[in-house]
Amino acid sequence: MSIAAGRQNSLGPNSLGPNSLGPNSLGPNSLGPNSLGPNSLGLNSLGQNSAGPLVEVRGLRMHFPITEGIVTRRKIGEVKAVDGVDLTIRRGETLGLVGESGCGKTTMGRCILRLEKPTEGAILYDGVDIANLDRRSLVALRRRIQVIFQDPYSSLNPRQKVGSILAEPMKVHGIEPDPARRAQRVGELLTVCGLNPGFADRYPHEMSGGQRQRVGIARALAVDPEFIVCDEAVSALDVSIQAQIINLLEDLREKFNLTYLFIAHDLSVVRHLCQRVAVMYLGHVVELADCDEVFDNPLHPYTKALLAAVPVPDPTVEADRSFQPLPGEVPSPINPPSGCVFHPRCPIAVDECRRTPPELRELRPDHWVACSQVN
Amino acid sequence: MPPLLEVRNLRTEFRTGVGVVRAVDGISYSVDPGETVAVVGESGSGKSVGALSILRLIPSPPGRIVGGEVIFAGRDLMTLSDAEMRKVRGGEIGMVFQEPMTSLNPVLTIGRQITEMVEQHRGGNREAAQKRALELLGLVGIADAGRRLKQYPHQLSGGMRQRVMIAIALACNPKLIIADEPTTALDVTIQAQILELMQNLTQRLGVALIVITHNLGIVARYAHRVNVMYAGRIVESGSAAAIYHAPRHPYTIALLKSVPRLDRPRQARLDPIEGSPPDLTRLDHGCAFRPRCRFAVAACALSVPSLDPAGEPGHFAACFRSEELLVDAGEAA
Repeated sequence: MSIAAGRQNSLGPNSLGPNSLGPNSLGPNSLGPNSLGPNSLGLNSLGQNSAGPLVEVRGLRMHFPITEGIVTRRKIGEVKAVDGVDLTIRRGETLGLVGESGCGKTTMGRCILRLEKPTEGAILYDGVDIANLDRRSLVALRRRIQVIFQDPYSSLNPRQKVGSILAEPMKVHGIEPDPARRAQRVGELLTVCGLNPGFADRYPHEMSGGQRQRVGIARALAVDPEFIVCDEAVSALDVSIQAQIINLLEDLREKFNLTYLFIAHDLSVVRHLCQRVAVMYLGHVVELADCDEVFDNPLHPYTKALLAAVPVPDPTVEADRSFQPLPGEVPSPINPPSGCVFHPRCPIAVDECRRTPPELRELRPDHWVACSQVN
Repeated sequence: MPPLLEVRNLRTEFRTGVGVVRAVDGISYSVDPGETVAVVGESGSGKSVGALSILRLIPSPPGRIVGGEVIFAGRDLMTLSDAEMRKVRGGEIGMVFQEPMTSLNPVLTIGRQITEMVEQHRGGNREAAQKRALELLGLVGIADAGRRLKQYPHQLSGGMRQRVMIAIALACNPKLIIADEPTTALDVTIQAQILELMQNLTQRLGVALIVITHNLGIVARYAHRVNVMYAGRIVESGSAAAIYHAPRHPYTIALLKSVPRLDRPRQARLDPIEGSPPDLTRLDHGCAFRPRCRFAVAACALSVPSLDPAGEPGHFAACFRSEELLVDAGEAA
């Protein structure tokens, strides 16, 4: 099926009609931010702080214990996956989170989704700290926060038909209790994501990778969330399909006023999709700024190295580019280097970097860098 | 000078429950001594199967090389006995695979895996092989080689393992190395290290290289010549400059347009290739790219276009309309 046709039929502003998927379509008692009622989360301030950022992460640490022994588990160390991160995500923006494997970007996403309980720090979601919410409140929270995973093969249940995959979150959250209307909404979700409504009767193995990823996206939309964590959502897809899914994510962001946390390692995709970018290295945010600032005027030596390492699809540009790969490898997060964690690989490191961890400083308006050597 | 490797009309099929898949459907290309040739394509385009077919590493059943010749250094590899073929693999042609964790033996030390290769192909005693192993690890930039030789693959990082794979590939002074997605499993900065290493070594040692990849940036940086594959066929072939600046096949044009690029201003929207890659069990008599092609005409449904000269010498495209596409390509570049 062509995505262009899908767009015409499904994503035009008027095509869905008032009763399908628009933010108001389900009536004030179903999905609006106030629909949960002030007491359903036990949190009176939820949804009332609409001027502030949607997500505010403060001093977040996520340390995973390393244990030894089978009967009595002794803790012999810690993986410092996220080690003191401050980050805000503004309403309606797409924040890119980039870095190499093991830098903690996925753990960050999982903490914000509260799939992990952080070791330390606060995660303010719409003004409320969700770092310590109990199970029941979490269920209510997850109606507002959804996730799209990397691998469209392992993130869909192979024994469930697509229709049932999409209906399940609605059942869990009590959306559309009437089976007929639920089925109708499944069809609408598929259409919005550029799939034929008839796909509801298929199993995941009957679909291509790109189609499955569309199902994964439709599932995230099923509960009408306001915030979606996209964890390497296009990384597993072929180049030609990747562009289709990126366009779909952009369309949906506009249509449903979504906020994305876009976790990825492909810098060119991040540049295309995001308004702001945070670069992570070994559990720390090393640079945070507007997308154009990060790509046109990177300040942190790691960001510079990362950008230089991306080959550009143009032999003439490549021939003119002098290029020195960053030496060494990412150290272990079990025993990270002292001071600035990047100093063993850093081309501009001085003695002080070995001793003092740099602070994330605002060197230009809205451009934050964690390096003592740049100004 | 004759080419080092000449692939002529190579065809490989897989028999599956739903029909015969022509994974490689008549590909022909050549590699000159010391040259780097990239094979680009998406999953299922036949780029890996094509390379494995050269080495006769297709599992049979279900796979079978059904036709074609692979002339390497004057001999047709398809006619060699199994014993002779084993001497070619790892000896005259080295291999580097995508996932170094699965292509290294987890229960043998790094040192043993290198010396085994050396002993198998060059004979000689243990000490000589050991010395060669040390030398090779130095060559691929592994510090503290003596200690590393005694380690097992799981004790090494991904980048380090890929360096070991390259050392093994180089062990017997091959004339050609086939690298199948050598850096796809690696991080960007490590990928850059490994690719620079491979380029330096192949240039210094005069080894030809076939790189199989889906990454258009890697191709632009490292390849002299490029073969673009789609649905088991080479649809376009030429110098890297020709492929990137004057592509003559609609698939190549669309592929180049669909990727976001760091060296250009941000686009408002990406320009994807619509639809999905074809089901190889259900190909008809026409061009396989036709259903997704913006330039398709009635003739495209009747027969498969052959890979014919287009543009500058050495540039080939398999499209009935390749002559007309130059104008559009100018806009693409």
